[in-house]
Amino acid sequence: MGPRARNACLAAAAVAFALGALALPRPGRMEGFRGTDDRAKETISRIDPVYRPWFRSLWEPPGAEVECLLFGIQAAAGAGLLGFALGHRHGRRAVGSDA
Amino acid sequence: MHIMEGWLPARHALGWTLVASPCVALGFGRLSRRTREHPAEKLHLGACAGFVFALSALKLPSVAGSCSHPTGIGLGAVLVGPGTMVVLGTLVLLFQALFLAHGGITTLGANACSMAIAGSLVAWGFHRLARVLGMPRGVALFLAACLSDLATYAVTSVQLGMAFPSGQGGVAASTAKFLLVFLPTQVPLAVAEGFLTVLVANLLRSRLGSDPRFAALEGSA
Repeated sequence: MGPRARNACLAAAAVAFALGALALPRPGRMEGFRGTDDRAKETISRIDPVYRPWFRSLWEPPGAEVECLLFGIQAAAGAGLLGFALGHRHGRRAVGSDA
Repeated sequence: MHIMEGWLPARHALGWTLVASPCVALGFGRLSRRTREHPAEKLHLGACAGFVFALSALKLPSVAGSCSHPTGIGLGAVLVGPGTMVVLGTLVLLFQALFLAHGGITTLGANACSMAIAGSLVAWGFHRLARVLGMPRGVALFLAACLSDLATYAVTSVQLGMAFPSGQGGVAASTAKFLLVFLPTQVPLAVAEGFLTVLVANLLRSRLGSDPRFAALEGSA
């Protein structure tokens, strides 16, 4: 298998494992992919019903939509940085200099 | 995945912060020496930082019916070393605590111990061992990334188990409960992270030519 085909297989496998859960039928489970951190909080409350968080976040995103936006910005910034590093290498190799 | 703000008793939060602090300081020393001695590696560091930044923002659905996110620590721990990744991982956690209300300032120490410290040491240690034992580069990297991801959540479970021991069975029973919350969700996501890590390492390697400064990509350094 050539490197291109191998990388395509790796990408396909990553996507299948990351998003495959959406394709599986989930009868009777409509809880809709809640975060495990919320489920961990519930487990804490079951073990210790009187525990209350003693500190609150200094700032919280105003609403779920804004939170989505901020997570999106984080992912985009990270992908951009990775893409820049790959592109920089690619360009330098294409030019053939070792600057 | 991160322990949310205020959800660790103050004594535990302080304890984990005390454990994490010297590791982060040590890692910072490594990082600054590395960038001073090998300025060309900055781009490399940027790639690893970008990978962690992007992956830890992606809350992915899992067959277990809940959502969680990968960590991305494994790639950098193998390529640029665990010390450097302790710093980068902690910075990402700090960013999420301040701007996304994800994780927290009081739980930063505990989360740094699980993701940045345990995550990078497991990936780096396993990869070294696997290469010494002659495992192929791709397989070693895949398993290192998977195990690093799972180790992060295992440590989180132990931390929560220690903070909230069950009436019956104590810390162990409680840790098992938290493992049941995290691991079924995390296993498929860890596998996805493993594949993606090998892919990105391949891409980085194929664009390096024979640059000896990046011998780590071959798993030999």
